[in-house]
Amino acid sequence: MTWVTRTALWAGLGFLYAPILVLIAYSFNASPLVTVWGGVSTRWYGVLLSDAQLMAAAWVSFKVAVLASLIATSLGTLAALALERHGRFRGRTMFTGLILGPIVMPEVMIGLSLLLMFIGIGLDRGLITLIIAHATFCTGFVAVVVAARLRGLDRSLDEAAADLGAGPWRVLTTITLPLLAPAVAAGGLLAFSLSLDDLVIASFVSGPGSTTLPMRLYSQVRLGVNPEINAASTLLIGFVSAAVLLASWLTARRGPR
Amino acid sequence: MSRLKPGRAFDRLVRLAPFLWLTAFFLVPFAITLKISLSEPATAIPPYLPLLDWRAGLDGWSTFLEALNFDNYATLYADPLYRDAALGSVAYAALASLILVALGTPLAYALARAPSRWQPLLVALVVVPFWTSFLIRIYAWIAILKPEGLLNLGLLRLGLISAPLTILNTDAAILIGLVYAYLPFMVLPLYAVMNRLDPTLREAAADLGASPTRVFWSVTVPLSLPGIVAGAGLCFIPMVGEFVIPDLLGGSETLMLGRVLWTEFFSNRDWPLASAVAVLILAIVVGPVVLFRDGLRTGDAEERRP
Repeated sequence: MTWVTRTALWAGLGFLYAPILVLIAYSFNASPLVTVWGGVSTRWYGVLLSDAQLMAAAWVSFKVAVLASLIATSLGTLAALALERHGRFRGRTMFTGLILGPIVMPEVMIGLSLLLMFIGIGLDRGLITLIIAHATFCTGFVAVVVAARLRGLDRSLDEAAADLGAGPWRVLTTITLPLLAPAVAAGGLLAFSLSLDDLVIASFVSGPGSTTLPMRLYSQVRLGVNPEINAASTLLIGFVSAAVLLASWLTARRGPR
Repeated sequence: MSRLKPGRAFDRLVRLAPFLWLTAFFLVPFAITLKISLSEPATAIPPYLPLLDWRAGLDGWSTFLEALNFDNYATLYADPLYRDAALGSVAYAALASLILVALGTPLAYALARAPSRWQPLLVALVVVPFWTSFLIRIYAWIAILKPEGLLNLGLLRLGLISAPLTILNTDAAILIGLVYAYLPFMVLPLYAVMNRLDPTLREAAADLGASPTRVFWSVTVPLSLPGIVAGAGLCFIPMVGEFVIPDLLGGSETLMLGRVLWTEFFSNRDWPLASAVAVLILAIVVGPVVLFRDGLRTGDAEERRP
């Protein structure tokens, strides 16, 4: 590496991490004034843990993220299998568009249109609508992660099993899925963290009594910088980073050679 | 082609389950949004007219269809507020995409040229912020950019400025937020392309006497163009409808479509107009979406090559 590329690398990573590190540092600030350093303290974490509304919102977000990521992982894995293992079937272009659409479409559109549909069919807003909405926008992300791994898998293993008389279900459960497991787990963790993080779609489809953590944080953030939110953010960052590191470890461990 | 002959029922299930889900919860909702964008607001539940009367049969349908109109789109076109929001969204997204290309290209190149045993770690380092809460990452910039924030504090201490700069709630703050939030989206596809470039091409150019700068500009950049286009498209599309960044970092007069949609829906409770704004956003991004999908497909084809 030359000094030019090295500088680009460090400058890029510095830009990406500086704001996050500043936020983490200030969550340990004893002073309630955000820009005045008053020594190291964990008092804001205490305030945070006794904030009943915030804790209730965190619990809602956790429940939604678990269920939505389970649905998204199943659907996304099936979608990846359809895309990678079924050749050029009719409607493949449309299918690809449907899978990738929710990844790139602006969130305000997904949120608004889902809400309009839920009201149209008379489904009350609450946990169920949140789970459906999150599963819908996370499915594509899981499909992309799993499809990438499927492309790297040796297809002759599946074919050998089929030649030896295994039915498609048996091939899937004893050969393909075990080989795919790291990517499926990584996709599931990605779906979990995306669901945990979503503000815009949740604001449209959640109802009274199902306020999620990002919605609660957002209503506080609009009032300005606040040390309790820094503490909450630090915990969330730690939680999500752990999930990401686990996911990349899972995908790297038995990656394609 | 695969020699596999999967059972038909199973084959269908694999293909149909995600397809049905996404049709029901992605495609159908868009159709409903389109329909409501042709309705009129009303003080009722739901707050729009007309409603289709299923029991009236064909007559119900014809009265329903007659009542639909393009008034909301006429409002979007005639009212400078919405026109400026549409132009503003495209301008912010386009400018941010250009800055992202300028910043993302050297970063992706540096990643691709890093020692190969460090590359997975470095790529993971670029991805982690993308997975970390979007809201929190934007919120973090408020403490940095505000008048008594860290950036001004640092610049004042260094003596580079004599009075704090106003950055928060300006266009500059929105651009910083957009570039910051979408940088991983730009770098990853670009890195994927640059990583697959044949190193012998660079070596050949260098052997023929090209300086490293010249090699970068006349070999690496032209060959990476598909990645640059894919990355810029991938960023442009969601940025057009961005809500959180203009809302937290922009000023009260900042006009972007995502925020206009939000206000029409939540504050003004004008659902038909909010739906029309959603359709307008879709109309703006449909071109880049097609471009982006084609980019993905060529990527597929290359990976399939034995």
